[in-house]
Amino acid sequence: MMNDTKFTQDGNTLTVERTFDADLDTVWPYWTEAELLDLWWAPKPWVSKTKEMDFREGGRRLYAMCGPEGEEHWCLATYTRIIPKLSFSGKDAFCNEEGFINEELPVSTYTNTFTDEVGKTHVTVLSVYASEEHLKQIIDMGVKEGLSMIFDTLDEILSK
Amino acid sequence: MRRDVFNAIADPTRRDILLTLTEDPHNVNALADRFDMSRQAVSQHVKYLHECGVITIKKEGRERFCMLDPQALTEVADWLEPFRKLWEQRFNQLDQLLKNKK
Repeated sequence: MMNDTKFTQDGNTLTVERTFDADLDTVWPYWTEAELLDLWWAPKPWVSKTKEMDFREGGRRLYAMCGPEGEEHWCLATYTRIIPKLSFSGKDAFCNEEGFINEELPVSTYTNTFTDEVGKTHVTVLSVYASEEHLKQIIDMGVKEGLSMIFDTLDEILSK
Repeated sequence: MRRDVFNAIADPTRRDILLTLTEDPHNVNALADRFDMSRQAVSQHVKYLHECGVITIKKEGRERFCMLDPQALTEVADWLEPFRKLWEQRFNQLDQLLKNKK
């Protein structure tokens, strides 16, 4: 049985919640160690490649989401506050290979919280967008992607 | 006849116009150039889309700018969907890793 993922959107805040069938000691490293993060962070067939990661307060993770056609989207996650086995937070942004943030694309502040639930772990990912403009941009990007997906499906149905 | 968003996306050209407008507002002439169609044909599609309530038209001098109304399109395209897809895929992959670890 797959666990449900809960999505909530309120104003400029997006919350994602999910329970994993493993204890906190097992789950935590998958979110905080580069080699383990790279195993699941990118949706297949994309691959996550971490160039550098320093999981300490003031540190950052610079990584690329690499596509099957050779696409590379560089992303940066910073670590502002870390409470071991409880939560960590920082900023999420798009950047270049050197980690210089692209200010034209949405930046969000995230907080990931972990709760031990007797052999299971509940994770909450909270993303707050920096401004209404950034949120609007994300919405537009989402609308475009959402539309494309629906149109692809529609084209498929119509071509039958 | 009342037209809605589903009428709007029933035609491939109108779908292409909508996708183009997700990038930027365009005026009718720019759309006509882009789709290699007569200005009149594009004008008809624009009129139709406007009647469906999925675009707004702003007059500036002699030009008419067409803008997407993302709100209207959420009926068919939930903008959260890409987020959902991304996170669901991530989490399913993580599930698998955690399962194999046991």
